[in-house]
Amino acid sequence: MQQTAFAVIPARASMATALRQSLTMAYRGLLKMRRTPEQLFDVTLQPIIFTLMFTYIFGGAISGNSQNYLPLVIPGILVQTVITASVVTGVQLREDMDKGVFDRFRALPIARIAPLAGALLADMVRYLLATVLIFAVGYLMGYHPRGGLAHVATAALLVIVCAFALSWIFAFFGVVARTAASVQGISMLILFPLTFLSNAFAPVNTMPKWLQVFVNVNPLSHLIAAVRSLANQGQATPDIAISLAGAAAIMFVFAPLAVRMYMRKA
Amino acid sequence: MSLIITQAQTSAAARRTSVAIEAVDLVKAFGPHRAVDGISLSVQAGTVYGLLGPNGAGKTTTVRMLATLIRPDAGQARIFGHDVVKDAHRVRQLIGVTGQYASVDETLTAAENLVLFARLLGQSRREARATAERLLEQFGLTEARNRPLKHFSGGMRRRLDLAASLIATPPLIFLDEPTTGLDPRTRAQMWDTIRQLVREGTTVLLTTQYLDEADQLANRIAVIDRGRVIAEGTPDELKSSVGRSSLHLTFANPEDVPRARAIVEAALGAQATPSPEGRRIIAPVADTSVVPDLLVALKAAGIDITELGVQKPTLDEVFLALTGHEAETADEGESA
Repeated sequence: MQQTAFAVIPARASMATALRQSLTMAYRGLLKMRRTPEQLFDVTLQPIIFTLMFTYIFGGAISGNSQNYLPLVIPGILVQTVITASVVTGVQLREDMDKGVFDRFRALPIARIAPLAGALLADMVRYLLATVLIFAVGYLMGYHPRGGLAHVATAALLVIVCAFALSWIFAFFGVVARTAASVQGISMLILFPLTFLSNAFAPVNTMPKWLQVFVNVNPLSHLIAAVRSLANQGQATPDIAISLAGAAAIMFVFAPLAVRMYMRKA
Repeated sequence: MSLIITQAQTSAAARRTSVAIEAVDLVKAFGPHRAVDGISLSVQAGTVYGLLGPNGAGKTTTVRMLATLIRPDAGQARIFGHDVVKDAHRVRQLIGVTGQYASVDETLTAAENLVLFARLLGQSRREARATAERLLEQFGLTEARNRPLKHFSGGMRRRLDLAASLIATPPLIFLDEPTTGLDPRTRAQMWDTIRQLVREGTTVLLTTQYLDEADQLANRIAVIDRGRVIAEGTPDELKSSVGRSSLHLTFANPEDVPRARAIVEAALGAQATPSPEGRRIIAPVADTSVVPDLLVALKAAGIDITELGVQKPTLDEVFLALTGHEAETADEGESA
């Protein structure tokens, strides 16, 4: 009886199986989220506070009044918050991997990518939560994007997809780093220059020339510009393509790298 | 020609089904420390094999290599004929692993854990739920099914962990110190469960630092110390390979003891030790075939024997004799 079992066991999981198993792992992520809602602070309270703070502190100085600042700052805060939330993905993955249950995942005949992809997929719900909250708070403060709901939704989707792609970088750190705190440390080191040295909070032409050079090549500037033109003008600009190409490139490099390191690590 | 091939295939298949684990010279080093330093094992299908050794002997590292959790630095291992490195995905379909610490999800409930693993193993939602219910009942966890694991006792956690390993009914189960830190009653339950598995044809590789556990459960034992197998055999073989058996005699009249002692010493050619309470003597026996003659001699001298026994040495003594140091029973909290 055992012999027949040997004959049918496959050497590896198929693509369809890998996808199904990733979705099951994502479901696990959602269950965990429901059990530990305090881990959602960074995508709930924090974006609300940031939106209020930035608008009322810098609005007058940068755009004359806070009302005029909203079309500039809401896309900026949106990208900053969601990209920062993707760091937490790596941190939580590290914490999760230190627990005994990951031993079981490793010993199960499942696609190697599933535990990682599942965690990253589940976190898209966090990005969505942050996105909806920021647009809602902005709306209450008087931000009425002229692009209309469909373009706002497209912009939101673009940000979430890019954050998912970017989260593979932090997943990679999560897999190779020794502690969750070091994942946080390394990631923030990368993230602060990327999010602040961009067009997120102030017009680029007010910055010194040498800084403009960096800001203009910063991929997040392109993402923010894409979101602005979609939400505020209802226009699809080449920035969308640049952002998506960047996202694809990141995933292409870091997803296999993260999975390989995950497989190698004990 | 074709006949030869068929025969070769049949024998290969037979080998595959009769040998569950075949490991040759496994090595794993962590930095300069060779945690596993050339371990070879052969485990027959359908048996319980015990890896016995103190904390840090290399038991867990060995199991983790066999269970595809870490790669060996050197050596080879096959599970039912499949290489653990080259054919890891196949191996994973044939094994269940229950770790030293519970490898289940703390934040989920017992039922959610089992459903999750069953879903990952390809069961439909309905099948997964049925599997979870069946296992919860089998392991006495039905009442706790909807409680998150943080509220579980150590014994419940272990049971759930084992249940999770049995979802796919794998032919080989690794149990890494399944009873460390459990109270005696829960430990006995765990032993029953393991015996039940073996009755159903599952092969079990068990690690333990409890000598009595290996003695109770295992068909064969490898004694491991500092990353090496220092002895291998059935529990009985191990015991007889080191210590001699000892003869225990209890007499009806304490005043017979000096006379009996002289007869025993003459018959066995070894020194006998009277026990403190004065009615018993203990003497080492190299060859048990002389015992009947001894009994006849005692009877001829008119000495009444009320109790008689030949005891093999315990595995504690085996360990001491093999390693020169005692088996350290580490703090249970530390090893958990």
